[in-house]
Amino acid sequence: MALTMDPHVLARLSAGRLVALVSGTNGKTTTTKLLAAAVGTLSGVVTNEGGANLPGGLVAALAGGSRGVPAVLEVDEGYLGMVAEVARPHVIVLLNLSRDQLDRVSEVRMQADKWRAALSRLASARVVANCDDPLVVWAAGTAGSVTWVAGGQSWRGDSAGCPSCDGHLIYDSGKWACGCGFSRPEPDAWVEDGVLRMKSSRPGFSGDDVAAWPIRLPLPGRCNLSNAAMAISAAALMGAGVKEALSAIASISEVAGRYSLVQVDGVQVRMLLAKNPAGWMELLELLEETKRPSVIAINARLADGQDPSWLWDVPFERLADRFVVASGDRCWDLAVRLTYANVPHTTVPELSRALLSTDGSSIDFAGNYTAFQDLRRYLAGRRPAVLGNTSSQTPIATSTSSPLPGIIADHPGTDPEDRSSKE
Amino acid sequence: MRESVLRVVAVHPELLGTYGDFGNAIVLVQRALWRDIPAEIVEAKSGEPLVRGGDIYCLGGGEDGPQARSALELRSDGALASAISGGAALFAVCAGFQLIGESFTGPDGKRQQGLAILDMRTRRGPGLRAVGELASFASEDLGVDSMSRILTGFENHAGHSDLGAGVAPLGKVLRGVGNGSQASEEGAISGRVIGTYMHGPALARNPALADLLLSWIVGPLDPIEGEIEEETGSLRESVLFGVGDRRRARRRRSLFSKRPFGLRRRSGVAGE
Ligand SMILES: [Zn+2]
Repeated sequence: MALTMDPHVLARLSAGRLVALVSGTNGKTTTTKLLAAAVGTLSGVVTNEGGANLPGGLVAALAGGSRGVPAVLEVDEGYLGMVAEVARPHVIVLLNLSRDQLDRVSEVRMQADKWRAALSRLASARVVANCDDPLVVWAAGTAGSVTWVAGGQSWRGDSAGCPSCDGHLIYDSGKWACGCGFSRPEPDAWVEDGVLRMKSSRPGFSGDDVAAWPIRLPLPGRCNLSNAAMAISAAALMGAGVKEALSAIASISEVAGRYSLVQVDGVQVRMLLAKNPAGWMELLELLEETKRPSVIAINARLADGQDPSWLWDVPFERLADRFVVASGDRCWDLAVRLTYANVPHTTVPELSRALLSTDGSSIDFAGNYTAFQDLRRYLAGRRPAVLGNTSSQTPIATSTSSPLPGIIADHPGTDPEDRSSKE
Repeated sequence: MRESVLRVVAVHPELLGTYGDFGNAIVLVQRALWRDIPAEIVEAKSGEPLVRGGDIYCLGGGEDGPQARSALELRSDGALASAISGGAALFAVCAGFQLIGESFTGPDGKRQQGLAILDMRTRRGPGLRAVGELASFASEDLGVDSMSRILTGFENHAGHSDLGAGVAPLGKVLRGVGNGSQASEEGAISGRVIGTYMHGPALARNPALADLLLSWIVGPLDPIEGEIEEETGSLRESVLFGVGDRRRARRRRSLFSKRPFGLRRRSGVAGE
């Protein structure tokens, strides 16, 4: 970790290779994994797959790869500007910005301003940005070249005000605009009925041709389709063929444990992660596809942010038609929230018992960052049978009612060790 | 039973809703509904005239820019101050608490004019931002259970609020910073106006405070029995005495002669 804050090391290791950086509040780890797989169709690829997204983690990843091999790196939002200045990336992927860990991270508007300032100094980088998120559009406004992708953002709690003039943003059927003229750009790539549509598969092309590519993605949810659209658009700019890239991502079925199915004492558990209101907005859509019982575990340790007030920003009322087990260090905060939301529930602080506290033989587990890590640690200690991912092998009880596995955000996390280095 | 619907107005939730404080409105309405008092949340969006005729107005926490904008709108609208003088109650948290005073510090570091509903002045504190668990001992006896007098919340602010002579603090700080004054004061209470630095949201963690606000509008209330009081007791115990440290919690509990919090129950279904 001595190398952590030495920008020269990062600069030296980045030199002589194509570099792509992926950042945003939610979806970093998933999109990085998808993009790395896509870029990997060209040659080897260097990536920080575990989510070690602070400078030390980037240095470690790059040092472990051969010279000249392209790099696909997940970068913490707060470090994107600094990393980009020294790594001179070919492509920067901007996913979304929303509130997260407010007790230790600066306000999200300020983060967008910092990105905007950094991008104005990186004229050579090609930016792939989510045109559905006003804060991302604001941040990307100074970039030299932007490919707009309709990456979705159900959460609007941080973008009611116009980032440009402080006026009101008006949302209407997927578009948004302000009276000052700041508005949603037309996307160059979007997903429609599971089909990726791109204005062109060739970088630099700006005609009206629209190519259509069916996406076969084992990861569930609309949000992961959006992550895939971002990754494929970025891969094309890195020189990968869209067809090859799509076939490469079709084999990815879990991301650092997320979306895995595990068997615990006869109960099949689908493992999901959500760590902030925007992530929960996506996760709720995924949970709503079934009425399966859910175990929700909430912690408020340093890496989670120590103020779980954000639970009240999540519309848990939407789970009122199922049984929920509240678990984790802050199970009582969640239990109180669920009672006020009229969600039938029980409270079981210990994870191991919580998983067995429903009548269901297949359940969803949703945890925030360290709660999810707690579950993984518990499962590793038990050496459970891993059944595979959510869309292959053992079908989940209600999957027939839902041809498209719906929507989910992945919640990027960060490597616990890396995270702690920030604290 | 009260015939008209109790109206809880969430003021500018898109500006003053950064820390889950919309939950205060949810708590007020649910606690009314559980007692068969018809109640509803009314969202008062910024950019529109403030909803008139509300019974309880709620202001939440927010960042400096949105706070200044909300204050400007509410001041030129004028309806909040007249609703309060007409008998409505006001519950204001953090940035919302600061802006109902005479003045506060704006995003540019300059002094901004507040709504002057409370005789209070807020400036930027000398030290670091106050971030962490906050607990206080309430100035008023808030309920039958003496432990309800301990208020709990999570603070996250850089303000230093001085109360004028006619305004009482909501409580004395037991843990955390609160108003930042010499006298270890937290929050303010004056007439039917309560201000605090506590997020959590405050009314979920301190239902006695929610019931006090409701009683100002509808009169004496029946107690609520059941799961929620027990869950809230466990929540309060966990945040006041340390998360996940049961032995310490038990030791601290034994210091109180009366059963301080609800029984810890391991299971049960809400709404039974
Ligand atoms: Zn505007």
